[in-house]
Amino acid sequence: MTPLLQVEDIAKYYGTRIGCTDVSFDLYPGEVMGIVGESGSGKSTLLNTLAGHLTPDRGAVRFDTRADGLRDTVTMSEPERRMLSRTDWAFVHQHARDGLRMNVSAGGNVGERLMAVGARHYGKIRATASDWLGRVEINEDRIDDRPASFSGGMQQRLQIARNLVTGPRLVFMDEPTGGLDVSVQARLLDLLRNLVREMGLSAIIVTHDLAVVRLLADRLMVMKDGHVVESGLTDQVLDDPQHGYTQLLVSSVLQV
Amino acid sequence: MTQIEQDKNAPDTVMSDYNFAYLDEQTKRMIRRAILKSLAIPGYQVPFASREMPMPYGWGTGGVQVSAAVLTPDDTLKVIDQGADDTTNAVSIRRFFEKTAGVAVTEATAEASIIQTRHRIPEAELREDQVLVYQVPIPEPLRFLEPSEVETRKMHELEEYGLMHVKLYEDIAQHGAIATAYAYPVKVEGRYVMDPSPIPKFDNPKLEMAAIQLFGAGREQRIYALPPHTQVVSLDFEDYPFEASKADHPCGLCGAEDSYLDELIVDDEGGRLFMCSDTDYCAARQAVGHRGSDASPTLEGVA
Amino acid sequence: MIRVENVSKSFTLHNQGAAVIPVMSGGELSVAKGECVALTGASGAGKSTLMRMIYGNYLTAAGRIMVGDLDVARASPREILMLRRHVLGYVSQFLRVVPRVATLDVVAEPLRAVGRSEAEARDRARELLAQLNIPERLWQLSPTTFSGGEQQRVNIARGFAHPYPVLLLDEPTASLDATNRATVLALIEEAKARGTAILGIFHDEAARKQICDREVDVTRFTPGMAA
Repeated sequence: MTPLLQVEDIAKYYGTRIGCTDVSFDLYPGEVMGIVGESGSGKSTLLNTLAGHLTPDRGAVRFDTRADGLRDTVTMSEPERRMLSRTDWAFVHQHARDGLRMNVSAGGNVGERLMAVGARHYGKIRATASDWLGRVEINEDRIDDRPASFSGGMQQRLQIARNLVTGPRLVFMDEPTGGLDVSVQARLLDLLRNLVREMGLSAIIVTHDLAVVRLLADRLMVMKDGHVVESGLTDQVLDDPQHGYTQLLVSSVLQV
Repeated sequence: MTQIEQDKNAPDTVMSDYNFAYLDEQTKRMIRRAILKSLAIPGYQVPFASREMPMPYGWGTGGVQVSAAVLTPDDTLKVIDQGADDTTNAVSIRRFFEKTAGVAVTEATAEASIIQTRHRIPEAELREDQVLVYQVPIPEPLRFLEPSEVETRKMHELEEYGLMHVKLYEDIAQHGAIATAYAYPVKVEGRYVMDPSPIPKFDNPKLEMAAIQLFGAGREQRIYALPPHTQVVSLDFEDYPFEASKADHPCGLCGAEDSYLDELIVDDEGGRLFMCSDTDYCAARQAVGHRGSDASPTLEGVA
Repeated sequence: MIRVENVSKSFTLHNQGAAVIPVMSGGELSVAKGECVALTGASGAGKSTLMRMIYGNYLTAAGRIMVGDLDVARASPREILMLRRHVLGYVSQFLRVVPRVATLDVVAEPLRAVGRSEAEARDRARELLAQLNIPERLWQLSPTTFSGGEQQRVNIARGFAHPYPVLLLDEPTASLDATNRATVLALIEEAKARGTAILGIFHDEAARKQICDREVDVTRFTPGMAA
């Protein structure tokens, strides 16, 4: 089986400071991988490097493209990479306003990716947008409202719909439940889990919330100071952490 | 006409003795290079070092600089604002070039070799030996949805124009039809999406013409162009096709049914008059005897 | 179906002076098809540790743990995930689910994960929930709000939804009343009859006597406790 994403020896420096280094892993279709670590551990740098937002100083990020199989996205041309990020890839930002157009209606936000890949039939675009609003539990009569009038949880769900409408195969998520109320988080997690299963999505989720990765991620990578200190099955890493930092991380979570 | 004749003979036309058409030759060369580049890449916005002009931004500084760079002493200049030769903006730009270049001026579209315009394309069909210069406020069609210049340039580079349709989508979602009535976005030669300046969308089909079209944005420091007979397609949806609309009336003065109309409130009872926005077109029709339903002596006074 | 050979395990507590605590050495056991084996030994002897090593959420330091054809001690995360999805079931004492997900979906999930249709998965879930006396009015609610006994039964329903060839049971009858206990034991008998290899921890001695074919005392594998 070909991995969907093959990351080989990725390093990203900010001057002499390490962003992240020595990162390698394979992600297979349908797998969800969590990346945890404290602020400044390099997890967001890694995510942005994998998603093509930052250029790594070393290494390869190979993606199993539909047309040509595994291709290194670091060295592919920018138009190709941007096309990938509009079609087979998706990126869910922590702050919905970074991932949404706040002055465009909910329907327009969802429809943008369709129009970006050539959809030119208003009626069909609108029908698809409406269907997706339903799938992320946003009432369809809100289709013409701007996201500014939405709650935080709704904005985040809208961002997910906007990203998934073109049927991507790989989703990058940066703290998707950060800044949301606990009850809203649960709803979002449930939604994400169902979408991941229904669409057979692969996902890489960066978070500092261990409960989120336990529920969403099949595999887990723990980062500290730009290095991966431990990785494995999510419940194995959380139940039997090997590295001192992971042990500290796991034992620091308050039990409720 | 008599007004113009007088100005032409006024003593201060000697301003052209300093330098022809206000701008120094180095500046004109710089602008001409930008124009040549813009003609080579139809629809692409070429940056240029826009100069301070003796008029405020928004009064056509971009168009004036382009006109100054293409004017020769043999040219005949026509200036229109919303189709009219006699509005403040048109009159002052025409006088500016009379003083600084000493060129001949005209109100007759057919007689002009260079026509500077704000917000209209003349009704009369333009010829290959004519140049149409547009005054452009905001050259970037993607600007209202994407505030970052870096990002919009990237979008042009990579032909990522989905966002343009988002704007049209929003129109239909809010108004039930594409409500954009002017500055209606077009795609040039299947490549660049371009803002045709705030002309009414009624004029969009005329963008495919024999004359050279130059667009100058002074404040935004951009020049772009359409060479003769360039393919220009108005963006739309399959189920909401582009429509070049105008007020559903004939001209009250000349009776024309094919021209773009201005609406004029003529009294306190809500009485309205529709008349050609292209004053030269309307006057020429009236001169050969065409009459509209409102063409009474009193209304002529108002117009 | 399960073959544990000479396994050992220790915990290193990096944040407590790097103390190394050996918890198992020389662990050996096997469970055949259709067999039910009970792990016994005092609390802390390592029953749950061994179960978790077999399930793959504790790492194994040395030795082999064969489940079917896969050596869990050496398998990649992806292989273990596939094993858990299709071959190896686990009923733990604790219910761990996404809050807000309906009980019916919690129970149906393992079937959907192996590609069964929504309708089929839900039918089986309904059948199990009814069998385990979870009132129907609770099916659309999240089990996170249920009582301990109810949660335990939801957990069992979930564990038995898909007919795993290998099943690990951690105190399946704890905190159940007599009726439900009988139902659970019947489910286990059924699974055995199907050929399922079962390894479990049963503090309930009567239950152990009723369903288990053999007992393995893990004290033998506990460093410093072996007789």
